[in-house]
Amino acid sequence: MSIAPVGPPLWLLFELTYRCPLQCVFCYNPVDFAATQDELPTAEWLRVLREARALGSVQLGLSGGEPLLRDDLEEITHEGHRLGFYTNLITSGVGLTQVRLRELKRAGLDHIQLSFQDSTRELNDFLSHTRTFQLKQRCAEWIKASGYPMVLNCVIHRLNIDHLDAIIDMAARIGADYLELANTQFYSWAHLNREHLLPSREQLQRAEQVMLTWRERLKDRMRILFVVPDYYEQRPKRCMNGWGSTFVTVTPDGTALPCHTAKMLPGLTFPNVREHSMRDIWFHSDGFNRFRGQGWMKEPCASCEERDKDLGGCRCQAYLLAQDPAAADPVCSKSPKHHVVVDAVERAQESRAPERPLIFRRPENSRLLTEQ
Amino acid sequence: MTAHSDTRPAIRSGFRLQWEPVQNAYVMLYPEGMITLNTSAAEILRRCDGSRTVAEIVTELEVAFQRTELGKDVFAFIEGAVRQGWVQMGPP
Repeated sequence: MSIAPVGPPLWLLFELTYRCPLQCVFCYNPVDFAATQDELPTAEWLRVLREARALGSVQLGLSGGEPLLRDDLEEITHEGHRLGFYTNLITSGVGLTQVRLRELKRAGLDHIQLSFQDSTRELNDFLSHTRTFQLKQRCAEWIKASGYPMVLNCVIHRLNIDHLDAIIDMAARIGADYLELANTQFYSWAHLNREHLLPSREQLQRAEQVMLTWRERLKDRMRILFVVPDYYEQRPKRCMNGWGSTFVTVTPDGTALPCHTAKMLPGLTFPNVREHSMRDIWFHSDGFNRFRGQGWMKEPCASCEERDKDLGGCRCQAYLLAQDPAAADPVCSKSPKHHVVVDAVERAQESRAPERPLIFRRPENSRLLTEQ
Repeated sequence: MTAHSDTRPAIRSGFRLQWEPVQNAYVMLYPEGMITLNTSAAEILRRCDGSRTVAEIVTELEVAFQRTELGKDVFAFIEGAVRQGWVQMGPP
């Protein structure tokens, strides 16, 4: 089998910190995030920027946790901009002030994506366990006034999907240019809370109709992106455009990963930027090479005619649902473990409340769950 | 908006045209995304800086590449770029 040459890591995501004022029940940060105490110092982040840029990285995501909690955010943004990155801040808006926004703009920040949890203050505050809704509306106004395109992201799930009409209405009133309606992906905290968060088929169909009506009404005035939850698909999504093909995440402690959640996978070690150059990490580490290409595939993927399209789906989902990172993603109807997804979907059609309470993403819960 | 010959196209705010040595190509960068451009797209977009009219861009390209009759292709490309939201049309 021929092996395609490895292209540049075009997308670099810095998870600058796991600290976060919110406690969102669908957070994709690792469940054991509280074990990370030792965040990379500024100089290390700046070195990683230079090394990645030399490899051809061009999109920089600044995320977390809440990246605004790092007081070197402006310095990192400035260096990223100077090197030629397109710099994207992915934030809840908590910690944003007009002064900071001005400093970030001056540092060369290209883009801000602001997350919302819901259109109603009650649910927004409940799901993130904070009182942040008014703050977010204010942030959206500042961001717009600073001349940035207004990109809102709202994670959609069973508890807010029926408010979709109000969510879109609110985004339009704020003057959003783009609205990303991201159905929850079930990893980490969202996986723990899946019974609470997976919508029913009926909810989903209704939501899609609502979204299509708004799309027709608003046309180009506000572009709406709607990501269907993959549990309702018959084929898996091609994860991260292919393992080790485009994307690098650097976690707060400096671990480099091919996707946000890959650290959970057993039997793999991932390199740390404190010990390895980005070149070694990208081209030569076992962690990045393990699921590159198709050589690792088992049946039914290895002989599947659709393997070039979806690359077997998501390795983390394969591990979470089939206990094997090299298995076919169980979202696929050809997977021998597809029944796990079917069962979860069938349970989501019932109206009774789950027995286990919602688990909020907070350090105490993280420590408890890590001990178990 | 149609690309009239006397309007001045410019890359829209939030979009950035940039040479990438590793890819040996111009790219268009925008929020959380990137498109690698072929040579003709890059040569047109490099000139969309708000100072040149569409007619001037056509003339420059015809001179630079020793070609004639490029007008139709350049118009069509710029109209496409406007539809994509990469380019906006400034006043004549």
